[in-house]
Parts: sequence; structure tokens; C-alpha cells
Amino acid sequence: MTQIELRGIEKFFGAVQVIHNLNLAIADNEFIVLLGQSGCGKTTTLRAVAGLETIDKGDILIDGKPVQHLKAADRDIAMVFQSFSLYPHMTVFENVAFPLRATRMSSGEVDKSVREVARVLRITDLLDKRPSALSGGDMQRVAIGRALVRRPKAMLMDEPIGALDAKLREEMRAEIKRLHVKQGSTTIYVTHDQIEAMSLADRIVIMHEGFIQQVGTPDEVYSHPANLFVAQFVGSPVMNIAEARVANRPGAASVTVGDAPAGFEFPHRLLSKLNGHANGGLTLGIRPEGVLVRHDAAPGYMPVEASIIEPLGSFDIVDLKVGSSMLRARTKAGYVSGPGEKVHVRIDPEQAHFFDTASGKSLGVRL
Amino acid sequence: MAAVRTSSEVAFNRAAIAAVLVATLIFLAPIYWIASTAFKPKELAVSVPPTVLFEPEVTPFVRLFTKRVQMQKPVDPQVYEAAPWWEKRIYDGGERVLKVGKDVQLSQYPDRFMNSLIVAVISTVLAVGMGTFTAYGFSRFKIAGEADLLFFILSTRMLPPVVVAIPMFLMYRMVGLNDSHIGLIILYVAFNLSFSVWLMKGFMDEIPKEYEEAALVDGYTRMQAFFKIVLPEAATGIAATAVFCFITAWNEYAFALIMTNRRAQTAPPFIPSQIGSGLPDWTTIAAGTFLFLLPVAIFTFLLRNHLLRGVTFGAIRK
Repeated sequence: MTQIELRGIEKFFGAVQVIHNLNLAIADNEFIVLLGQSGCGKTTTLRAVAGLETIDKGDILIDGKPVQHLKAADRDIAMVFQSFSLYPHMTVFENVAFPLRATRMSSGEVDKSVREVARVLRITDLLDKRPSALSGGDMQRVAIGRALVRRPKAMLMDEPIGALDAKLREEMRAEIKRLHVKQGSTTIYVTHDQIEAMSLADRIVIMHEGFIQQVGTPDEVYSHPANLFVAQFVGSPVMNIAEARVANRPGAASVTVGDAPAGFEFPHRLLSKLNGHANGGLTLGIRPEGVLVRHDAAPGYMPVEASIIEPLGSFDIVDLKVGSSMLRARTKAGYVSGPGEKVHVRIDPEQAHFFDTASGKSLGVRL
Repeated sequence: MAAVRTSSEVAFNRAAIAAVLVATLIFLAPIYWIASTAFKPKELAVSVPPTVLFEPEVTPFVRLFTKRVQMQKPVDPQVYEAAPWWEKRIYDGGERVLKVGKDVQLSQYPDRFMNSLIVAVISTVLAVGMGTFTAYGFSRFKIAGEADLLFFILSTRMLPPVVVAIPMFLMYRMVGLNDSHIGLIILYVAFNLSFSVWLMKGFMDEIPKEYEEAALVDGYTRMQAFFKIVLPEAATGIAATAVFCFITAWNEYAFALIMTNRRAQTAPPFIPSQIGSGLPDWTTIAAGTFLFLLPVAIFTFLLRNHLLRGVTFGAIRK
């Protein structure tokens, strides 16, 4: 049972504030992912929890007890680093046993614990090797083993698979998930990779420039991004974002994107939900899968010309010319045959997001 | 991997190899000369033209380790027959070994050699040890005026040390440190420390700080992390630094000459002092010099793997 709570954390590097009034409550056994670009403060936050970084203001509570003045060694937390940081002069066994050697555990118990963890991580036959003889994936398994062996209160992971190549990353992602489901431990995981975050997290914490942008389940941050930053950061391919104006038509609302000659048709009830943003300061966000494309004309569909087609295997991303800007749509592979082809397009109102242009905040409009 | 090379590059490469070979021969020539002279019969040492082929003998080493006097008259044949082989070699040269009772009187060379060992080993251990701690501090912590302090440490090497020899001598005499092992050790540590700090800082900077951070999170104190993780990782750097410090302390001549004369005198000033007046005995001097070369050669040889890694350390980013 481990809960971690961060209350009003502030951190400065010299005159630069890298964490602004950060509040976060992490439940027992929860897998939390801190997601953001480099320099957003996510790693600093993690290191503050670990005790490798001091904080200038606020409280870090583990199971209700403030620990911000405790040394890293006294917080009973384990950490996995991006660089793995396995000690080259020790065997895999000694690396995994290292945290136990700091305790008064007898060597028989150490041996037993190490072998148990090795079995779970499937590294038993590597125990006598040196880290330099291991593949990247095995190195990370050993690093995770070293973190698990002590049965710490919480696991912290700083981009643990960021240094691996794409295929291995996918494998290890599944492995980390499997371990968490099996072993269960309160985990804080830092990454800049939104796919990693989506696939692993119980809740994602999206950070930008030292501020938390949104905290929510992967589905929440994907389907209901709190602001433009989250909307564009989460999801691949990236969400289409454009200035929009909304006009009242008989029985419908017409949403004009950028300098497009015509508007997209939306349900009339949109107008009442925009709170005065209809004629200015409104930004429309639509993911490529919310842009519906068909060959023949149909009511509500706008004729456009395809510009660039990126085939991605199971689907294509098609850039459609809408006015002077591009709207990216996701289609079946090969649906649009080539650049210049005329197709018809509509925006799925249910998948549309509306933001206040000035603040970037979501207007919370759901249709 | 063999990259494509043009014929002119190949030619240049061959010329470079030839130049390196010639340079190596030039550098090795004095060492060959010392080594061969150490095993020569006395009269061949100064022969013109120089003798290259000769029957090697160890008599110079016997002379090196014993106190001898010239004999006024030939040795009694019975005494000669009863003498061990090495003593006969001395009689052959018209000298006899000095004895107190039955004990052979040793020359000062073993003492001086021992002084060299004591001073070089202790000063190396201290300089490398202090340098390692200091470098770790500079490498890992934010220190006010870090750049200035490092420059100050380096600046102690900007003057040739001999410049301060006279004031040092006067100060040492005042506090009674002249002709003492401790005095020389302090001098050599002070001299080597700047070098040691700078070299070790380079090595420390190369050790990822995540290593210690992992240990800190795993329940170790920083001191434990330093000894269990940083020191083993820095072994290469420590070995390289130790070799350089040892060589400097071992070979140091000027201060040893000025600061010591009897008790703490090291081998470098002692060996030339044996040239003495009259006809110098070059073979004995060569024998002393030859033995003097050995510790550094052995030390360097033992640490050669660390050294090779050491000098290329940090040159290539992984």
C-alpha cells in the first residue's frame, strides 16, 4: 500500500522556475505516466520524488508522511534510469543484489531474492554475465530487476526504454505492463513518447513548461484534451487545428475553417454551446480519423482536392486542400488513388474539439 | 575496417611508419647504452670505437652494492681461492671489499634506492588519493568559483618548480624538513597534485552520475556509493594518474639534490655523486642507473592495459 502525494511543488534552477505549483495524488498500485517534451519538468519531478533533487516549495508525501527532507536512501523507492546505469564492474547477479547489500539481509536470502526476481524477469541464465555482454533489452530487464528486488514502496522509471530501438521498445513496453499487472506497485513513469504513455498508464499527467496541462486516463486525454497543447501532443497522426468561424444556417450550424470558401455542417445545438466564440477566437480541432472522406458527393460533404498521400501500411494519411490550408484525413489504404484526385469531405461533429484561441483551453463542447 | 586509400596516402603512411621507427630507435639508444654498459668489463666501457659485442659480466653490480678500497699489494692466493665468486671479481680489479668482522659492508646505493621507493610510493599514493577526492568534488558538486579554483590549481604548474627551490630550501631548513622523507613527500605531493586533480577530473566527468544516483536510491550513502561504484569505475584513470605521478616523483632530481644529502637522499642525486674525482667508473654508474630504471618499467608494465585505456579514455564518446 503506497500512496504518493505531491502538494504545491515548486522548483527553480537558478532564476528559472522549472516546476510551477504542481499537485498530484497517486493512488496505491497506480501506474502514472508523466508525459511531455524534454525540458517540461517531468524528469525533475521524478527526481524530486526519488530524492535526487531538492524542491524549493511544497510537500512530497509517501503514505501521508512528508519525505522531502529525507535522503534518497531513506525513502524506500526504486528507480530505473534511461541509461540503465548497470555497474560494469559487477556481474548481473551482483548488480541485482546491490540494493540488498545495503541492508542487513543474509547472503542466503539475497541469493534467494535475486533468483526469484531473475525468474520473473527471465534473466536467470544471464546472472553470471557482465552488463557489457548483454543486449539493450536484457540490460533494461536487469535494471528493472535491480529496482524490483528490494520490494520498494514505489517504482520510478525515467524513460526506461527510450534508449532501445523501436522493436525492442515495443517488446519491453509489453513486458513492463505485464510486470506491473503481475507484481503491482505504485509506479511513476516518465516519457516523451505518447504511445508509451497511452499503452502503459492508468493515468497520464501531461506537462508543459513546468505546468501540469491535464491529468486523466489515456482515454480522457485522447478524447477530451483539456487544451490545445494536449490536443496536439497526444495522438498520432497529429490533430488538425484551425481557426474557425461558426454561422447560423437554417436548422444547422456552419463551421468555416480558415479561409475555406464553404463551411462544414454541424448540428444547430453547437451554436448555443460556444459561449460567444462563434465569430472569433475559436479554434477547431479534429483528429485525422474524424475527417470523413468519400468519393461521391453526399449531403453535408464538401468537394476538395487531395494533395499529398502518405501511405502508412494499414491506413493512409491524406492531405486535403481546404482553402489555403491542409486538412489531414485518415483513410483506408489506397482509398485516394493519387494527388489531385477530387474527393468529398465532412467533419464528424462528434469527434470535433473546440478551443478558445487566446487561452488554448477546451470549451468542453461535446456533440 | 579498411577504408579506401589512395596511393599517395599509402606512401605517406609508409613514410610515417618509417619515421616512427627511426624515432623509436633514437629514443631507445640511450637505454640500450646504459643497459649494455652495466654489463661491460670496466676497460671496455670507454673504449673507442665503442664495443658492441662483449662477454657480459655482473661485476659492475657487485661493485655497486659493496664498499671497496684499492689494494696496495696483490692478494694472498689462499685468500683469493677461499673467496666467493663475486669477491674474486673485485680482487681481479685490484680492489678488496670492506668488511666489519665477516660482514660485507654495503655501499649507500641500497639505502638511496630504498629512499627513492619510499618517497615515490608514498607521494604517489597521497597525490592520487587526494586528487581523486578533489576531482570527484569538482566533478559532482556545484562549487562557488569552480573554474577559478581549478585554474589556480593548474597555475601551480606554470612555473618550473626549480624557480622556488632556494626559498623552499630556506623554509625547509627553518622548520627542519630538509633531508627528511616527509619533506620530499610533501614537495612531490604538492607538485603532482595539480596534475592528479586535472587528470582525475577528466575521468570522473566520464563516469555517468546515474551510477551514483542509482546507488543513492538503492539505499547507499554518497560515501558508500563513492567507494563501491565510483572508485572501481575510476580504476583506469587512477592507474594512469598513478603511473604519471610515480614517474615524476621517481625521476625528480633538482629538489632531491638541494633538499637532501644523507638520510633521505634519493637515487637520482646519489648516482651522479658517485662519479667522484679521478677516473669515473662508468660501468658501476650504469649498473646503478639500470636498476633505477626497473621499478618504473615494471610499474608501467603491470598497469599497461589500464594505461592504454587511460590515455584514450574520453576521446571517443560512446
